[in-house]
Amino acid sequence: MTTSRTVSSKQFSKSEQADKVLGLWFFIGAEIVLFGCLFGVYLTLNGQTRAGESPEQLFELKEIILSTFVLLSSSFTCAQALIGATQGQFNKTISFLIGTLLLALIFLGLEVHEFYSYVRDGHTFTSSPFMSSFYVLVGTHGMHVLVGCLWMIVLLVHLGKEKVSSYTSTKLEVFSLYWHFVDVVWVFIFTIVYLIGKAVVL
Amino acid sequence: MTFTFFDTKIKMMSDIIVADLSILIMGIAVAILLTYYKKWRSLWKWLKSTHHSKVGIMYLTAGFAFFLRGGLDALIMRVQLALPQNEFWVFQGDKYNQMMTTHGTTMIFFVAMPLLIGLMNVAIPWQIGARDLAFPYLNAMSFWLFLAGGILVNISFVLGGSPTAGWTSYAPLALEKFAPGPGNDYYTLGLQVSGIGTLLTAINFLVTIINKRAPGMTFMRMPLFPWSTLVTSILILFAFPALTVALLLLMFDRLYGTNFLAADAGNSLIWQHLFWIFGHPEVYILVLPAFGIFSDVISTFSRKRVFGYSSMVISLMLIGFLGFMVWVHHMFTVGLGPTSNAIFAISTMSIAVPTGIKIFNWLFTIRGGVIQMRTAMLFALGFIPTFVIGGVTGVMLATVPADYQFHDSYFVVGHFHYVIIGGTILGIFAGIYYWWPKMFGFKLNEVLGKWHFWTFLIGFHITFFPMHIMGLKGMPRRVYTYLPEDGLAGLNMVSTIGAFMMAAGMMIFLWNLYYSARHSERSVGKDPWDGRTLEWTIPSPPPEYNFARIPKVRGIDPLWQAKTYTNGEIEAAEPLGEIEMPLSTVKPVLMSGALTIASFGFIFHVLVFQIVGITGVALLLVARSFQDTGSQSIKPPYDEDESIGGEKE
Repeated sequence: MTTSRTVSSKQFSKSEQADKVLGLWFFIGAEIVLFGCLFGVYLTLNGQTRAGESPEQLFELKEIILSTFVLLSSSFTCAQALIGATQGQFNKTISFLIGTLLLALIFLGLEVHEFYSYVRDGHTFTSSPFMSSFYVLVGTHGMHVLVGCLWMIVLLVHLGKEKVSSYTSTKLEVFSLYWHFVDVVWVFIFTIVYLIGKAVVL
Repeated sequence: MTFTFFDTKIKMMSDIIVADLSILIMGIAVAILLTYYKKWRSLWKWLKSTHHSKVGIMYLTAGFAFFLRGGLDALIMRVQLALPQNEFWVFQGDKYNQMMTTHGTTMIFFVAMPLLIGLMNVAIPWQIGARDLAFPYLNAMSFWLFLAGGILVNISFVLGGSPTAGWTSYAPLALEKFAPGPGNDYYTLGLQVSGIGTLLTAINFLVTIINKRAPGMTFMRMPLFPWSTLVTSILILFAFPALTVALLLLMFDRLYGTNFLAADAGNSLIWQHLFWIFGHPEVYILVLPAFGIFSDVISTFSRKRVFGYSSMVISLMLIGFLGFMVWVHHMFTVGLGPTSNAIFAISTMSIAVPTGIKIFNWLFTIRGGVIQMRTAMLFALGFIPTFVIGGVTGVMLATVPADYQFHDSYFVVGHFHYVIIGGTILGIFAGIYYWWPKMFGFKLNEVLGKWHFWTFLIGFHITFFPMHIMGLKGMPRRVYTYLPEDGLAGLNMVSTIGAFMMAAGMMIFLWNLYYSARHSERSVGKDPWDGRTLEWTIPSPPPEYNFARIPKVRGIDPLWQAKTYTNGEIEAAEPLGEIEMPLSTVKPVLMSGALTIASFGFIFHVLVFQIVGITGVALLLVARSFQDTGSQSIKPPYDEDESIGGEKE
């Protein structure tokens, strides 16, 4: 006969840590295809506009450059938080993670403001194939940022309870992979949607 | 009689009433049986389980339930088509479209895939010497998401009508304008939910096979079923997100009035490209695991190491790679121009090369072997000529000028049933007969198994071979009738007779399950087939932890090596000690329930359901994040024996 008892301790073994990180890398592989398809859809449909809403008329680069700066900075703070966790510095980890969260929230606020100003001018989700594909591509990225924010809040609670341990630092490592990926996608959105959209007029 | 279900009118016609009644009767029968045999508690244990073989068996059970449903759809279609201008019950026009769409969708997404994933779940950890998958919780969630998707697509028939635009659901046909009602929303939501599950499964198997192999089992010492699972998982990983995007666009077009896929605004070709960027790798997702099963089965029952092991592995990778390069061959008649058609024709034909290598390797494995005609081996032998026919018609279809004639005719229907039934379904049956004793501790009856094989295979050829000729005579796909002067009456009747023969084969199989469960010999031992790989070194059925001690692997076919050169025992890689196994949890079931509620919210435009469902998912994810460690520690009984199993037989 076998005997069994339930064990519960907040830690991950070495192999669990390796599994989780590798799993997230594969998840990112799938996400690359997802965003690749959305970029393809956008590039196919961005010519089908209504009067007054072509990319070069619609986009305000100043605001976009600001939100790009904010989001890319959040990658830096996220990396600092992870370095803090590997060095076992609780204060460094938690303050940089809070910084990342704040930057992400600022980015989300700027994006909501941008969408709101388009909708106010009558460029809604259904007004043309260009607008629909724009909202789906940029909105899917925004959803990823939103999920990242909720994830960070959960991580902060974990860190508050468990401090820096193999458990929390693995969670933080997995999150930081996700977060850097979300930032890289933004670099492509910034280039393909906004910069090239503006450059057409030149 | 009509009643309203969330603003959707449901006409209670005879077919709907019969469907409702049969759901009711089956539900009551299951409840009575569970109560009579006092099995509610063990059902609950199964629902909560995250163990790989239990989840695998649930996949197989659910897959077979959907198989019966999809088969019933097929029989209804064949009866409707048996005679020219036939009027069978209500299945003309729209109702026929509902049948053929559910048949295709169910068979691909809710039969072939879950049955293969079920076999992977059961066999992969055993074959690579692992105790479970890398993420058992995720695995249970994948299963429940698949089940939720399958139930959504299947329940549609009685709640507002099934999808009608074919399993490929081409836009603009699938848009609100041409396919009103909730039917096609069931399609988008159901496939979306089950697709997430499939994607998570792929990640799970990739990590498991890369990180969880027993010490000494290098990649080039893995059996070919894990190899094919690895390649398949990569295909799923890169193919399914394209479907996710396609379904998302279709959903937005149907529910929120965007214009991604319409013909006048937007671009209908986006759907075709995205669908086939997913859809063609999907074909290889279905057939590669079957290739892996056949390799193991043929090698075991020929008592020979598989011929050309490394070329088998390379062929798998080549097929997987080329599988992403050929999607436009589904779109030759769209008019993308001769250059792109020529490129995709050549890439398509080149897949025949690695596939041919595999066929010859199987033949050379059999050559000179000590062949045992067990049922699993019969299915493998039946597969080779059947699949070759399907491959030849595939190359015919890849010839662009000829494809303009074959396109959307019954020739295509004949072709893909030859590859999917001849490859995938025969492979699944081979796998089930092969691993059944390991799963349950008794063999399936060989005599009934042979009856099953012959009725199914002969019925299959009678059903689908005439379809090639019907297609050449000009019968288009997806029509519910034809005229007497078309000259198709005899062929269609033959095909219908064959379909009923296949159904008889399935009944024999089900009877075999019951008969063997009652009468089969119980003690099959560890190694009923004189096997070669690690799963035959552990008790049947294995203990929860599979291996009391993880084995040490020193070559391909480790058990065969041990039996040939030493005392038949495999060396252990670790001392006997406590084993950590994951805990059961009910959260995956709740998660899929929440997603089902959200899906109903989208299908019937009820905002409350959408919010409740999505909030439920988010809360469950957070709850999981705080309960992701605990495990149960099991101490296998001590045994002096140096073998890897802890228990004496």
